[in-house]
Amino acid sequence: MKKRNLLQRAIIIAIVTVVGLYIVVGPHGRRPHLADLKWSGIKANLANNIHLGLDLRGGSHLVMRVKVEDYLKRLTEDSAVAAQNAAKDSGFEVKEAHAETASGSYRVLMTISDATKVKDARDAVQKKVDLSDNSGWSFSASGATMAWSLSGAQQKVLGDSATDQAYKIIDSRINAIGVAEPTLQRRGGQNSHEILLQMPGISDPEHVKQLLAGQSHLELVHVISPPSPQPAQNYMTKEEAIASLNGGGNIPANRRVLPYTEREDLTTTPEQSANAPKPKKWVVVESPAIIDGIDLRTAQAVQDRAGSDKYQISFSLKKSGADKFGAWTGANVNEYMGVALNDEVKSIAYIKSQIFDQGEISGNFTKEQGEDLALTLRSGALPAPIEYSEERTVGPSLGADSIRSGVRASLLGLVLVVLFMLVYYRGSGINAIIALLLNMVLMLAGLIMFGATLTLPGIAGIILTIGMAVDSNVLIFERIREEMRSGKTIPSSVEQGFAHAFVTIIDTHVTTIVSSMFLYFFATGAPMIRGFAVTLALGLIVNLFSAVYVSRTIFIWLLSRKGRRAESLSI
Amino acid sequence: MFRLFHEVKIDWLGKRRFFIGLSIVLMLAGMGTALYRHRFHPNGTDAFNLGVDFKGGTVVTARFKQPPSVEVLRSAIQTAGVSDAVIQPVLDRSGEFLIKVPQQGPASQSAPSQAPAQTVGVDPARSKLGQALKTFGEGNAEILGTDAVSAVASSQLRTQAIAVTIAALIGMLLFIAFRFEWTYGASAVIAVFHTVLVTLGLFSIFQVEINLTVIAALLTLVGFDVNDSIVIFDRIRENRKLYRRMSLYDVTNLSINQTLSRTVITSGLVFLSVVSLVILGGETLRPFSLALLMGILFGTYDTIAVAGPIMVWWEKRLASSERAAGAKVSAGPARNAQRAVGKPSRAALAREQK
Repeated sequence: MKKRNLLQRAIIIAIVTVVGLYIVVGPHGRRPHLADLKWSGIKANLANNIHLGLDLRGGSHLVMRVKVEDYLKRLTEDSAVAAQNAAKDSGFEVKEAHAETASGSYRVLMTISDATKVKDARDAVQKKVDLSDNSGWSFSASGATMAWSLSGAQQKVLGDSATDQAYKIIDSRINAIGVAEPTLQRRGGQNSHEILLQMPGISDPEHVKQLLAGQSHLELVHVISPPSPQPAQNYMTKEEAIASLNGGGNIPANRRVLPYTEREDLTTTPEQSANAPKPKKWVVVESPAIIDGIDLRTAQAVQDRAGSDKYQISFSLKKSGADKFGAWTGANVNEYMGVALNDEVKSIAYIKSQIFDQGEISGNFTKEQGEDLALTLRSGALPAPIEYSEERTVGPSLGADSIRSGVRASLLGLVLVVLFMLVYYRGSGINAIIALLLNMVLMLAGLIMFGATLTLPGIAGIILTIGMAVDSNVLIFERIREEMRSGKTIPSSVEQGFAHAFVTIIDTHVTTIVSSMFLYFFATGAPMIRGFAVTLALGLIVNLFSAVYVSRTIFIWLLSRKGRRAESLSI
Repeated sequence: MFRLFHEVKIDWLGKRRFFIGLSIVLMLAGMGTALYRHRFHPNGTDAFNLGVDFKGGTVVTARFKQPPSVEVLRSAIQTAGVSDAVIQPVLDRSGEFLIKVPQQGPASQSAPSQAPAQTVGVDPARSKLGQALKTFGEGNAEILGTDAVSAVASSQLRTQAIAVTIAALIGMLLFIAFRFEWTYGASAVIAVFHTVLVTLGLFSIFQVEINLTVIAALLTLVGFDVNDSIVIFDRIRENRKLYRRMSLYDVTNLSINQTLSRTVITSGLVFLSVVSLVILGGETLRPFSLALLMGILFGTYDTIAVAGPIMVWWEKRLASSERAAGAKVSAGPARNAQRAVGKPSRAALAREQK
């Protein structure tokens, strides 16, 4: 065998090995020093270099689903109210208008008294309300009843943008909370409406969960009541409130009945107020609201009065909201206005004079409640409620246990395989073991280079790779033995053994890599499983180098030392 | 030289009736058990013991400094308002328990307007269990980890898992068909599918939990098992060029025998690694390692006993139908000529076999 060829191979292997080792146990981002060669230095560097998955380092994995059906329902209901108002404003007599939302269909229905005016009414409505064909609403009419239904395609578009909006809001909330190294991503396809959040180090996500899902939908509403100085009109029961509307038990589209928790007497101690059931009353408010939470600029938790342990929220509105609010308050002096939070009226006050952009929500909040509320208000209202569809947490000790058992299992597997190879293939077993160790090092280097995460199933993937990596050597060695048995010289047996086995090795590796690709691309919902697929595929790719190229070089070197008279080979 | 199999001349194909019969019996046993459990639910079991990933619900791993008895723990959990909890002590770590709570259904909707932010996705079982554990004294009990999956998410994962497995099988079929022939691909895939079914059957019989990692294990098996078949098919392809006069039946037997020591050694080595995983891998990975363990045993068996016979039977049928088609074969001379270079034509083979 040509000496130069051998030298060239040796140099390539040496470079790859050194680079691989450096990637795995060398320091990254700083110059190496002598301490890196100590056992403790190696361990520290290794721990730094490998990205551990949440299941190994501890943390939480949350999957949120944006309830877009709620979003679309609300949109349809709002449109129904707006359509009714628009038609009335243009002088049409509207008998009835309502939203119909059931199992994936969203429709606005409106009946006017004169069937001949349907076309005009449609034009009048669509001039003011976005119910045009271009926005995905298809119109139909039968008699005096008009219907707009939202197309499936538009439902998708709207659902997707609601999810995007929710994503941005959750992102800003996470930043405001100050979670370290969070991973936030939209998950699954276009129609899944899912958001994945991973928070390393947080093994009890309860508080974060509440903050993220916090609806905090703030509205300023007009309370239907005789104007001040009469007291604000409220009702003891919901039924009473509904009865006051003379709708025969139905609530008209331009009214809402909301619960109202009266502000407690500030002289009671916090303990008393916490224990006493809050008196709940009901009020009727106008729909839609004067101002929606979207127009909010800032919100802060401030003490009720200096030294108090009760907090209230002071907020200010954006320009657009302030203009609307100023106009309304200017026109409605002495009317009652309510601050509604999550469909519950928190406080009612009458308009003394025109107000532009300041307001308070008093609700006897504790400091924490107040701050949480301000945070969720500041980050904006979620377009739709979210629910958690997956919640996985791993405490740090469980992760450490998993690492320990994973490392132990890997070592045991390695030792068993090494022993077998030594006993069965004797001298050549050492060759296989060198290849196997190099395989491990390069696989880890690959994981680090691609920034892949090592998960518990990933460790299982490493253990499996140990078994599968020696398969290449077994294939080659068995083939060499066969060639030797058939009477070929040793150098030509080695040559033939590698040549024949190589075809098989490529075939088997490609199939396994194909199946791990399937794992990777389909297991979008399970990062743990993806970790497994990545380790397995990487292990097999570097195996081509270690088991074929390196093993072969070792054989070439062995044979070149014996020269042409090579008559025996320990295999 | 230490050798496992020396000059073996086993007539594997001759025993095909026995092997195929055994395979069918194994598959029927597993599937029968699954059906029986699905229909009659003996002892409250179901066809498969699905984990939270596929069924929804919550699993909490808790560790106690002074572990209570399972009964005491159960009553504490019931007091906290969680029903149907399954409590399972962790075998290899004392003081640790797995508490499994099935999906509790929608949380009480008494005042929906009061709590619009209430999650109806995953159950609030974790916080309830947390309260139950607090009753055992401050600092005594600790929640190590939780897995909670909602009903919707779990059914999505279930669909995804089935889709991945089938897609992987089709991927294999296409790849082998591309490298070899359709019949080879189909036989390998049938053999693999059989292994998957037998493994699932064993999971049903022994009610081992099926979770996401088990699906990963099954997919690994698919790859691993097809590997074994490919090694044999590669050898068949090579031998058919070497021994033109030998029948496909004999070539297949010869190839299986020639690669037998590789098959057994490799499977044995992977088996050793997996055994160490079963022993030391911990409770989390146990279903995964068990799936691999069973799969590797049956995977090795089915490449030898199932893939070969099916392939030979199929090729024979094709050959006889090609011969029956008679003159039609010569209508495609180019195709035939091409085939003659790589592989002897099926008609020719069939003739040889006579």
